Amino acid sequence: MNGRKTLEPLWWGLFSAGGVVAAFLVPIHIVITGIAVPLGWLPDAQEIYRHWPVRLYLFILIALPLYHWAHRFQFALSDMGMRGIHKPLAVLCYGAALLGTVIAGWILLRL
Amino acid sequence: MSERTITLDVTRYRPHQEAVPTVQSYAIPFPDDWVVLDALNHIKDQVDGSLSYRWSCRMGVCGSCGMMVNGEPKLSCAVFLRDYFPRAIRVEPLSNFPVIRDLVIDMSGFLDKLKSVKPWIIREQEKPLSEGEYLQSPRELDAYQHFSQCINCMLCYAACPVFGLDSGFVGPAAIALGYRYNLDSRDHGTAERREVLGDHEGIWQCTFVGECSVVCPKHVDPAAAIQRVKVDTAKDWILSLVMPWGQR
Repeated sequence: MNGRKTLEPLWWGLFSAGGVVAAFLVPIHIVITGIAVPLGWLPDAQEIYRHWPVRLYLFILIALPLYHWAHRFQFALSDMGMRGIHKPLAVLCYGAALLGTVIAGWILLRL
Repeated sequence: MSERTITLDVTRYRPHQEAVPTVQSYAIPFPDDWVVLDALNHIKDQVDGSLSYRWSCRMGVCGSCGMMVNGEPKLSCAVFLRDYFPRAIRVEPLSNFPVIRDLVIDMSGFLDKLKSVKPWIIREQEKPLSEGEYLQSPRELDAYQHFSQCINCMLCYAACPVFGLDSGFVGPAAIALGYRYNLDSRDHGTAERREVLGDHEGIWQCTFVGECSVVCPKHVDPAAAIQRVKVDTAKDWILSLVMPWGQR
């Protein structure tokens, strides 16, 4: 308990924001893009992705849940007995989320 | 009053005579209104005076008689034998703590943690006695009263899987009590407590399993307190980034 400066508020903040996005927005998108569009209930309006606010929205929709996964997965592995390699696990999980964020941003920029 | 007989399988551990804990069974005749603690007191007084356990008030106020009853952390003064009859009852010391003897656990680690969150009112400056007491509105009292019901019984520590894996975790009761003083309108100690509460071994170890709140006999809801400290600490962290001059 030495009170050292820590990035944990950042990772937890991203985790909780990602949880909100995953709980409230992702199900809607599963219904729209996974069910309604393929079944023809809604038109496949690809041109909507040209709008910047839509791209920003998609970036948030994709990136934030990655941090939710990273945080939860890392703690789940720790709790299952990998507490000793907590640090490398954190680097791996948050690193994967960061990489996913960069890839999502790159793809959305090139749409 | 009709008397029935129930079996208590009690964990015994006398470090001077056995290397590992053993189980001793006692058949206890009991009236309908006996709780597990009554049965233990009966054993101590009438059957086997060597049995050791902590107890005091017999009414769910002192927090001394926490034990594992059939694997669940309970105040032994608050669980009736009749609710378990005719099955045997397994009585063990609280999980996740070192055992000193029989049902007596070593609570010194918990007491250190409790002290570390400074669960008392910290004032930047005390006003002189002549100015009278510190008044609080009913609303200011409501803000923290709920979290001030903790009796330090440690059932939440016995239920917490995170504390079970990492005994360094500050833990549910201590964090909830620290938060209770942060919420107190008379207190100025939030920044002082942040060092312990916001540490890696503080709130961030909690994965919100929520068992602490399930087993709490006083319905303190420490899990909620921990999540609220996380939100407050994350907010403070963001503020310290955008307004570094505003931090103490």
